[in-house]
Amino acid sequence: MMNQVVAQMAGTVFQVLVGKGDKVEQGQIVIVLESMKMEIPLESEISGTVSEVLVQEGDFVNEGDVLVVLEA
Amino acid sequence: MKKILVANRGEIASRIIRTCKKMGIETVAIYSEVDKDLPYVHEADNSVCIGAGPVSQSYLKMDKIIQIALSNQVDAIHPGYGLLSENHEFAQKVINHGLIFIGPTPETILSMGDKINARQIMKSHSIPVVSGSQLVQSEEEVLNSASEIGYPVMLKASSGGGGVGMVICENDQELLKAYSSVKKRAKLLFGNDHIFIEKYIKNARHIEVQIIGDQFGNIIHLFERDCSVQRRNQKVIEETHSPSLSDSAKCKMYEAALLAAKAVSYVNAGTVEFIVDEDENFYFLEMNTRLQVEHPITEKITGIDLVEWQIRIAQNEPLAFRQEDLKSNGHAIEFRVYAEDPVTFFPSPGKIENLKWGEGNVRIDTGYEEGNQVSHFYDPLIAKCIVSGETRNECLNIARRFFETTRISGIKTNIPLFNRILESPEFLSGDYSTNILKTLN
Repeated sequence: MMNQVVAQMAGTVFQVLVGKGDKVEQGQIVIVLESMKMEIPLESEISGTVSEVLVQEGDFVNEGDVLVVLEA
Repeated sequence: MKKILVANRGEIASRIIRTCKKMGIETVAIYSEVDKDLPYVHEADNSVCIGAGPVSQSYLKMDKIIQIALSNQVDAIHPGYGLLSENHEFAQKVINHGLIFIGPTPETILSMGDKINARQIMKSHSIPVVSGSQLVQSEEEVLNSASEIGYPVMLKASSGGGGVGMVICENDQELLKAYSSVKKRAKLLFGNDHIFIEKYIKNARHIEVQIIGDQFGNIIHLFERDCSVQRRNQKVIEETHSPSLSDSAKCKMYEAALLAAKAVSYVNAGTVEFIVDEDENFYFLEMNTRLQVEHPITEKITGIDLVEWQIRIAQNEPLAFRQEDLKSNGHAIEFRVYAEDPVTFFPSPGKIENLKWGEGNVRIDTGYEEGNQVSHFYDPLIAKCIVSGETRNECLNIARRFFETTRISGIKTNIPLFNRILESPEFLSGDYSTNILKTLN
């Protein structure tokens, strides 16, 4: 089963905490976004493996952009 | 003073320029590349681009700002709020270059900027502070302090501010988890990892007192502001007078605020923040050594232009009014319009496609106009809408009509939240605490 971590707001990617092939737990923070002096940690909704990281630290993303793809 | 450089952006830059124009003072604005189309850039007599979007490459570049000030032959620098306004190093540099810093002395900024130190000073002057610890330097120390004080506790960065760098902890586990993260965040954001804990007061109100002092030792207060409507420990709505505090508690707080200001020989405009519990016991929280975002509501009820008096005091004029001359009239409420989702409070940067402010006699201190881009680099505050009237009810009616007829598109704003607050029995009763937005959602 595929799962995606999606940007919940427009802003810049402050931290990328996982890499391709990493195992992640449900609820683990995988990306931290920053916008308007606020940081939003984004969690993985599932336990699984990171199949793709689509952004780098410093990238600008829009609300709804896919940041990380996971495989259960 | 003939010329002032405004070291800020957005609505507060426009606000300062407005008073300068009234006083016949020329202005120099600084702006980042992404802010070039904002109203304040055109309102100033002269505007200088200072760098790229991120504040570290623009509005926080102290030496560059001072260079621009010198080459434009200004007399003084007004720092506004946020950014460099509470940076004692900047204030000192401004003075060292023979310019006037419109604000308190660098020594005052330094002593109040460190919260552990500020608490200590107030305590030694018999001003109540929330029970709390000194600097905690290990997991063991923080756990011991928490067991002495009793949960819940608030873990805080000593150099923090604006609601950033603080976490409520209910038990040992939460405290240990927050301890390392707050320490790391403090180091990153404020340059040092000094942290301490305070007793967390439930159902508290956040009430502050505006003070102003001249260079001749005269210090007066300009009443209180109730700032209890908050999200993420940041203010959303402020009003004066406080709708629920008794007159006797207010008077005690004015006295305590004056005592606090005198304890640090305060010069210029400042704010003493208190937390007030359900029994009207109040405790010193911190002192903001600058113009406060919500200063307009105080201007509305006193008729005093605080920016004008900041400038007059900086150019060595004595206060023209005594405490007993000051009267307050009616009621005023400020609504902070943020570019954010009204439910999740997540930021919503973007282009303001349409902007039509609503009907009614409302003071609008805005940083943006239709067509402007609200950048993700800065605070989400777009504008402050200040309603005033003889009674609180009159203010609420004006606010309802104003927000119902305001139209903003292109970005999300928290105006739908205002509409809900303006129907909330808790808010309408005036008897609300800093939890009001949590219970509303």
